[in-house]
Amino acid sequence: MSADAASSPVHLEDEYLDEQSRLEKLLGPEWARLLKGIVTNPLSVAGLIILSCFVLVALFAPILAPPINANWNTTLIPRDGFIAQPKPPGTPWERNKPETIPFWYGITGHDDWVHLFGTTSGQYDIFYGVVWGTRTALFVGSLVVTSSAIIGILIGATAGFYGGWVDEALMRLVEIFIAFPFLVAALILASILVPIFGRSIWPASIALIAFGWTGYARLLRGDILSTKERDYVQAAQASGARDIHLITRHILPNAIYPTLVVLSLDMGAIVLSFAALSFLGIGVQEGYADWGQIVSFARSWILTLDQNWYIIVFPGLALLLYGMGWNLVGDALRDILDPKMRGR
Amino acid sequence: MSQSNPNKDKEVLVRVTNLKKHFPIRRGVFRKQVGAVQAVDGISFDIYKGETLGLVGESGCGKSTAGRTILQLLPPTDGKVYFGQKELTDLNRGDLRRQRRHMQMIFQDPYASLNPRMQVGSIVGEPLQIHGIGNAASRKERVQELLSVVGLNPYFVKRYPHEFSGGQRQRIGIARALATNPSFIVADEPISALDVSIQAQVVNLLDDLKSELGLTYLFIAHDLSMVRYISDRVAVMYLGRIVEMGERDEVYDHPLHPYTQALLSAIPIPDPDKEATRKRIILEGDVPSPANPPAGCRFNPRCSYATDICRQEDPEFRNLGTDTHSHMVACHHADKFL
Repeated sequence: MSADAASSPVHLEDEYLDEQSRLEKLLGPEWARLLKGIVTNPLSVAGLIILSCFVLVALFAPILAPPINANWNTTLIPRDGFIAQPKPPGTPWERNKPETIPFWYGITGHDDWVHLFGTTSGQYDIFYGVVWGTRTALFVGSLVVTSSAIIGILIGATAGFYGGWVDEALMRLVEIFIAFPFLVAALILASILVPIFGRSIWPASIALIAFGWTGYARLLRGDILSTKERDYVQAAQASGARDIHLITRHILPNAIYPTLVVLSLDMGAIVLSFAALSFLGIGVQEGYADWGQIVSFARSWILTLDQNWYIIVFPGLALLLYGMGWNLVGDALRDILDPKMRGR
Repeated sequence: MSQSNPNKDKEVLVRVTNLKKHFPIRRGVFRKQVGAVQAVDGISFDIYKGETLGLVGESGCGKSTAGRTILQLLPPTDGKVYFGQKELTDLNRGDLRRQRRHMQMIFQDPYASLNPRMQVGSIVGEPLQIHGIGNAASRKERVQELLSVVGLNPYFVKRYPHEFSGGQRQRIGIARALATNPSFIVADEPISALDVSIQAQVVNLLDDLKSELGLTYLFIAHDLSMVRYISDRVAVMYLGRIVEMGERDEVYDHPLHPYTQALLSAIPIPDPDKEATRKRIILEGDVPSPANPPAGCRFNPRCSYATDICRQEDPEFRNLGTDTHSHMVACHHADKFL
């Protein structure tokens, strides 16, 4: 009774699985394609390499830039005195230098601690700030993006799935948030939050979350609106599935991909916004290991940047590479998920 | 079916009474309702246990909407749907959900009706999982059994939909619909998206399953020959209404509604001599918009028999059959075609 089934050869479950389909069995066709695309696309490989370097720097921060003693609060940059004049790279470290010299220090050509990247005004060690700032960037980036994505996904999914007045109400709410320019709104909210939370990463992070979720909500809502009309969603509904089952099993897994692209791009963008807030002096306390903070030390020396270039070049380079890494990965993701690029 | 009901000894499984589905048309800033698309506008029929009711009509006449509204996938605007002893439109969400294991649906497009990110085993086993039937092991066994019932290799459980052909996918869709042992299945154009060579296989499969499992079908299609082949009774829809309904051969051999006559005259005859002399009734004009249906009989603007009464009065859906078979028709002039 079934010619098309009979004509296909009968094989046992595992016989026909080659390597690629093993990956596919494990992850599903879409994730497998995504993973395969990401590790074969040269641009995304470059991005991944850059990002893994940052992760390694963050992981090995205590070896790369040891805190000056075991009890040191590692988020604070050690300072070599209080003189306003920045010192160029290679200046010997006089006060407050780390107790131990790491094994790799020989390759710098110095026997004792020097300021490898120089110091800012106030004698904060730039090398320490850049290295430990990587942890801040990764932490703030993941925290802000994850939190705003969760809020955005919850709100976008609710609005898209239920439609009607729920959708109207939530989308008007989103529009209220979008009406304010992102950075200005975050700046104002962060400065309101500083007296409440004190100077730390929290005011700026919360402000970025508060105004950052709207993009995900809007994007996801649109994709859910189109996905929920698909026949397989109707089929599950006809089988008696609950709403939560429809959303988590059928709609979200098929609608989430554009949001993932934006999410990966935002991982870089958020750190830039955070640095911008830091640069403007809203957020972390002075001396906190954060790239934006170090750049902000260059403000008073803006006229002599030809001599004090190192204050902005090293943290600026870190910001640039970090943002570029996420952009490369995000762009590659977008290409892989673009339906027009399918099958290439 | 008031006066004589020749089907009264049969058990009614699904009874649809005056079912309506209107989609509001909203305009302007305040989304004010300015009209409604009357996709389904008052249809009534019974489906008897163990039979196949074919629902035919051209694109946009509301037959798919009717199928989905009967299954409460779209909330009806008005009317009632009785399934066995239960009235579906009155059930609360939980009761309706539990009721769904007894009524399933097969979809038109086998490429759209299977979640591309789920393995075949999960797709077919999903209804079992939703209703908490059996444990993981017994469900797996049931899924493999279902796959062989629909003529697929049971070892396909770990494959994804994109690895299958259209016909195979439709078999997966059928296996899913059968998972919970339903008694009633709405087949929404299950073969129109398939290759002609595969259509017959799938229709035969559906027919075999019906006799093996004692299923009842509402078979929605626009392919008249296919409907004649599979149906016990046929209902013809035009612009949201049923215009004619009766035993299959009765409707096909003695159509009483001018619309049905025109539809049937369009079926090609696989005999060149007869085909050459086949008289086709060409309908003038287009189907009117269901947002603004014509007054009186909905078919009157395109009907060659239309008179004043057709333009003013909505024809009653009446029985012109005999004691042994019912033949319902909604036409003022149907008597002259008897």
